[in-house]
Amino acid sequence: MDFSDTPEEAAFRKDARKWLDANATPRDGSEKLQDAFMANTPEEVTASQAWQKRKADGGWAGITWPREHGGRGGNEMQQIIWNQEEGNFKVPPNIFVVSSGLVAPTLIAHGTEAQKTEILPTLLSGKGVWCQLFSEPSAGSDLAGIRTRARRNGDDWVINGQKIWTSGAHYSGYGILLVRTDPDVPKHKGLTMFIVKMDSPGIEARRIKQISGHSSFNEVFLDDLRIPDSDRLGPLNQGWRVAMTTLTNERYTLAIGRSVGGMRAEELIPLAASVSLNGCPAIEDNQVRAKIAEFASRQRGMEFTSYRIMTALSRDKEPMIEGSIGKLLLGKLRQEMAGFALELTGGAAGIGDSPTDQTGLWRGDYLTAPGNRISGGSDEIQRNIIAERILGMPPEVRLDKDIAFSDLK
Amino acid sequence: MNFDFSDDQEEIRHAVARLLDGHTSFEKSHEMLDESAGFDRDLWAKMAEGGWLAVTIPEDYGGAGMGAVELAVLAQEIGRTLAPIPFGAAQYLAIPALVAYGNADQKSALLPNLATGQKIITVALAEGAGFAPGDVSAKVVGGKISGVKSPVSDADVADVAIVAAQDETGASGLYVVDLKAKGASVEPLDAMDPTRPQSRITLNDVAADQLVGADGSAINRLIDGAAVLVAFEQLGVAAHALDISTKYALERTAFGRPIGGFQALKHRMADMFAKIELARSNAFFGAWALAEDDERLPEAAACARLTALDACQFACEESIQIHGGIGYTWVANPHLFLRRGWHLKAMLGPSTIWSERLLGALKTPETLTKKAG
Repeated sequence: MDFSDTPEEAAFRKDARKWLDANATPRDGSEKLQDAFMANTPEEVTASQAWQKRKADGGWAGITWPREHGGRGGNEMQQIIWNQEEGNFKVPPNIFVVSSGLVAPTLIAHGTEAQKTEILPTLLSGKGVWCQLFSEPSAGSDLAGIRTRARRNGDDWVINGQKIWTSGAHYSGYGILLVRTDPDVPKHKGLTMFIVKMDSPGIEARRIKQISGHSSFNEVFLDDLRIPDSDRLGPLNQGWRVAMTTLTNERYTLAIGRSVGGMRAEELIPLAASVSLNGCPAIEDNQVRAKIAEFASRQRGMEFTSYRIMTALSRDKEPMIEGSIGKLLLGKLRQEMAGFALELTGGAAGIGDSPTDQTGLWRGDYLTAPGNRISGGSDEIQRNIIAERILGMPPEVRLDKDIAFSDLK
Repeated sequence: MNFDFSDDQEEIRHAVARLLDGHTSFEKSHEMLDESAGFDRDLWAKMAEGGWLAVTIPEDYGGAGMGAVELAVLAQEIGRTLAPIPFGAAQYLAIPALVAYGNADQKSALLPNLATGQKIITVALAEGAGFAPGDVSAKVVGGKISGVKSPVSDADVADVAIVAAQDETGASGLYVVDLKAKGASVEPLDAMDPTRPQSRITLNDVAADQLVGADGSAINRLIDGAAVLVAFEQLGVAAHALDISTKYALERTAFGRPIGGFQALKHRMADMFAKIELARSNAFFGAWALAEDDERLPEAAACARLTALDACQFACEESIQIHGGIGYTWVANPHLFLRRGWHLKAMLGPSTIWSERLLGALKTPETLTKKAG
């Protein structure tokens, strides 16, 4: 193993830093904390798109993408280096994580040449923002139970139903949409994936307010939406396989992305030094010290786990193991750390409105963390994945496995 | 950058795993447990023959001259197989101390004999729970050492020990001490893991040969290195404890199906696995920092230690729980792992010590304030 840069990697890092110096402002600790994957205002959407365009023009978007699709043709280690370097600069939230982390690999694996040629360049340039229309009110963890129905009509499909928890649907131009095309077979076998333009007639996105106060996700109503069969992504009734590509990539995209950015355990040290506990600065309390050390050791472990994901990717291995672990450990760590910070500061009661108020940042983190534990496959689903696919434990009892969807109660 | 073992290191792992798998078993561990029989001399001879006792000993002294990452590979397999041999104290602390600070005479007197397994060495840092330079009160006056060191691994079978002590000026140092010399006595303790015996050493004016240059900060650096290597041994223990648990959970049925199908157990085992892999990520960074002598070693070692302590204890305790009543019996295997886990915890102290070491390593002004009184 080697945690230091090779001469080539060092040269890449130097180039990246040089470009970032010329095109962005270094972080100085005054940044307002945000969920790094979500835009909360139209201004953030515009800024995010502009930053993506700038990176694309500079050759820094799609670092690991093949050159034929407009990427840099680089490797995963270069992506790590880029993420590390970009993390030192004030940049807008990256609303292209779904587009490039989830949709792009799905397109590359299952799309037709025409689809790839048309869509992939828009993903890179920031013109096309994508969302993922999978979950429904009655199908979350049990995704194959979706009810949104597509019926064939000439060269088109007519689609009716409802999606939910669709992050960024309100600012996305496109979506990948999982629907039921055949209800007369067991639930996994009658699904198909489509590409959909979000401004098509028959689509209405309504924003949902989260406990953090933000509204980054939506419920999406589909009412006689027409999609041409040429916008089908993958074979008819093979949508489950296509969705698995998306979800696998989602796990390790979340594991990689969220381990950098967000609050750092070290930030608890000045916080604990600034507040009093039992008549002393809290940082002098042994329990406080032990807790901060524990958080720091777990956060380091997360960071190096994300590097192991990239190592597996660079060896053409699917990093299922590390992806699920990363996803499982992140949300809980964030929740515990932020909760601890709030206990220290008494910030649960009331805080000022300064955007740099540390307590405010931690409260924001605390109210965001529950979402991290649910989205992208809940903690419980990740544990099932680890137990079943890695440890070889028996699968969950699935009473509906061999029954046609239309016969399910 | 590459955050995994290399192909060469994987080959080393396979080779040593073959040897260890051929000469260790639960039956043997249970025999050692019942008899408190010192160590497995057959395995020791085979390890020596294969060169596995001399991985980091320089070639000039009969070793392979390899690095810390290769030793980490070995440590993981020692942990996995619960090998009952006097390996850790010698390989993780005594030999690195000799290689780094021994003079030519000290090295040629000891290293070739340690490489062949003819001599056994251990290290005596601890005096109770404390083991860092500041916790040591053994004293060297006029080249003679006096004090009580406890617990000391493998002292019952060792010929020589590297002992931490203070000199007349109160400065910390390491000393080579012949455990067979007059004035040295070794008294066995009732060890938590009888397959890894522990002793109390009492030294009364015993000749002590200083490792010049091994001062307080050098000792701390050796301890950091050992913490990384022990973390790999802990990972081996924890992963095997999980492995016997998953096997049992597939065999054992209740309510008409294997107990491994119940989420209460599935999810617990997933948590065991996640803790182990988190610790592995930290241990990898630690092994690299140790091999490269990187300035981040103290931070890396503390992170590796803290997460490995947690993963190992959780895996060993839950392994017993998953086995149910049979897991609580002496003849069952889970307590072999629990005992070894505690041995490895006792070897370099609990998380409270390593939390402080980590905060110290993070080097922010605030962490330098220690709790008064």
